[in-house]
Amino acid sequence: MWDRIKLEPSRFALHLAVIIIVALWTLPTAGLLVSSLRDKNLIATSGWWTALKTTDRSGQGRTKDSTAAVEQDGKFVITGNIFDGSENATGNIKAFGTRVAKPDEFPAGATATYEDGRTLVVNGDGTYTYTSPVKFEEGRGQRVFYITSMPPKFTTENYSNVLFSEGIGRSFVNSLTVTIPATIIPILIAAFAAYALAWMKIPGRGFMIAVVVGLLVVPLQMSLIPLLKLYNATGFLSKTYLGIWLAHTGFGLPFAIYLLRSYIAGLPRDLIESAQVDGANDFKIFRRIILPLSFPALASFAIFQFLWVWNDLLVAIVFLGTEPDKTVLTYKLNSLLGSRGGNWEILTASAFITIIVPLLVFFSLQRYFVRGLLAGSVKGG
Amino acid sequence: MANIKLTNLNKSYGLVHILKDVNLDIKSGEFVVFVGPSGCGKSTLLRSICGLESITSGTLEIDKAVVNEVPPSKRGIAMVFQSYALYPHMSVYENISFALENQGVPRDEIKKRVEKVADMLQLTPYLARLPKALSGGQRQRVAIGRAIVRGAKVFLFDEPLSNLDAALRVQTRMEIAKLKRDMPNTTMIYVTHDQVEAMTLADRIVVLQAGRVEQVGTPMELYEKPGNTFVAGFIGSPKMNLITGAPAERERCKTMGVRPEHLEIANKASSGAISGTVEYTEVLGSDSFIYVATDHGIITARENGRTAVKHGDKVHLKPMDDQVHRFDDNGKRIEGK
Repeated sequence: MWDRIKLEPSRFALHLAVIIIVALWTLPTAGLLVSSLRDKNLIATSGWWTALKTTDRSGQGRTKDSTAAVEQDGKFVITGNIFDGSENATGNIKAFGTRVAKPDEFPAGATATYEDGRTLVVNGDGTYTYTSPVKFEEGRGQRVFYITSMPPKFTTENYSNVLFSEGIGRSFVNSLTVTIPATIIPILIAAFAAYALAWMKIPGRGFMIAVVVGLLVVPLQMSLIPLLKLYNATGFLSKTYLGIWLAHTGFGLPFAIYLLRSYIAGLPRDLIESAQVDGANDFKIFRRIILPLSFPALASFAIFQFLWVWNDLLVAIVFLGTEPDKTVLTYKLNSLLGSRGGNWEILTASAFITIIVPLLVFFSLQRYFVRGLLAGSVKGG
Repeated sequence: MANIKLTNLNKSYGLVHILKDVNLDIKSGEFVVFVGPSGCGKSTLLRSICGLESITSGTLEIDKAVVNEVPPSKRGIAMVFQSYALYPHMSVYENISFALENQGVPRDEIKKRVEKVADMLQLTPYLARLPKALSGGQRQRVAIGRAIVRGAKVFLFDEPLSNLDAALRVQTRMEIAKLKRDMPNTTMIYVTHDQVEAMTLADRIVVLQAGRVEQVGTPMELYEKPGNTFVAGFIGSPKMNLITGAPAERERCKTMGVRPEHLEIANKASSGAISGTVEYTEVLGSDSFIYVATDHGIITARENGRTAVKHGDKVHLKPMDDQVHRFDDNGKRIEGK
């Protein structure tokens, strides 16, 4: 295989381009997935590519003050846990030190001796023993610097957190409720229209095709206000799922008809004529011949429409509104960015939940792009 | 049992006149072949009979009923397409049964009839396969099976062998001839541009040119008595020599036609012989073709087996007695001597 690539520079360039594109696409996605599964403290200190390594992190704490000192065997001892009182500090102490410049001066468990004869022992779990030959006088405790090592830690806590307490779960269901019918309805309508515009002898067919092509370039924003006024006038469509399904159907239909018509018009004429001679009526030809053979085109359009509706924010806000029980994922994600902008674990998990469905849809339908359904029908094949 | 009668049939696409006053009477059980050069309208004529093309004027009768406006499925015909037009997503069984299913035939009856046809065409092992898993010849047989299973009275073939390689073409040609023998009551119309298929399969051949019927007749009639210079040049391989000028005047006609196999090659000049120089020879083993440059153009002659003449030889070509076709100023055949 490598021989062939060497022989054909253009192929090599193609392979290289594919590899680059795949890397550009996959790396951020993988990073997002890894980040969303990491512990929130780890996300804050190191990048996702270090997720499998133990991370060192420096911290500092303070011993308890002199009031906590106890006299033992003629010495004064303060014991406690260095992590007490600091919120985010966890992990294993690897080393500690008495000066800020050398936080790793002594390994955990070793004894540090101060100039005045005091000693300090800090153990791996954070417990310490601070001993002085004379009574502690100062009001505040001694500052201690340490290095903690944090082992790799993966958790699904972020997901359960965003799904159940941040409201992403509800929005996820809402998004599905909007997207699935808004994908299926236009396909149903467009497939019929595409067959009629491709193969049935209707007067004015060319004009109708021209109108469809013309509608392709009408900007969606132009129709928002008239449509919204119409919806408000009817009453039962405004701010309902039915309303947004119809809106997405309308916006998707020109492209759907255009795409499916080109494909269906390209099916071999002989097949349709053969079915006519075989006594099939138009509906039967559509159902038994056209639909099964158009599956690749239907799948392509389904992917397009699904992604567009799933990622849509504008139409959802306009036609469904922003009430908490009807917000879709894109809207929810947007508001999380504002309110929880610093909480990466929330944002990464939410983002991944948002892209997982489009990924599944794409991977389950993509094989129809490459499969040649027409193989074997006509010569050669 | 189905007679097909075409009366003054015309077909135009806008201003383009494709078929011009076609009159044809096809008897029940006949095997009729339409031949002609590309674009002569033979496929359009077939599709008009099928009902896939509308008829601009004139009438088409099947069994004395005018069927101009009857949809294809109600005409009692079956068509085998050039591309076979098998439904790619259906198995061989479903392909063959599709028409019966549309007619509402009960399921067990469909099964019986499909199995019978599959048996007849040796397709039984392949019934569950998709068309893409079949060879070219098998696909061809499925296409024919689809036609047979419906019990149609008329079979239409649109260049059914043109997608097959040479060896398979000969074999399938014989299978079609056998099929016709097995179904003596079925009328078959076959379109081809291959005159070997036409000559071997046809009961009668219809020669078309530019949308007009030039001549209708049995293969031997067309070979022995071509009605005009077009048919004379079209039927037979290599082509008939059509000679004008002095040799034709000797025969008291405008154009004289002599088939290559009816020319004798002599070394000496004699009366009635045409002299020339050998330009090129083709030796095929069974016979040889000799192309001779004469004052009246290139003339082709045929000899059995190998030939002794070589490039540059001077030869004299003499038509055999009674093997000269004579045509008048309009290219029409002149009967008699």
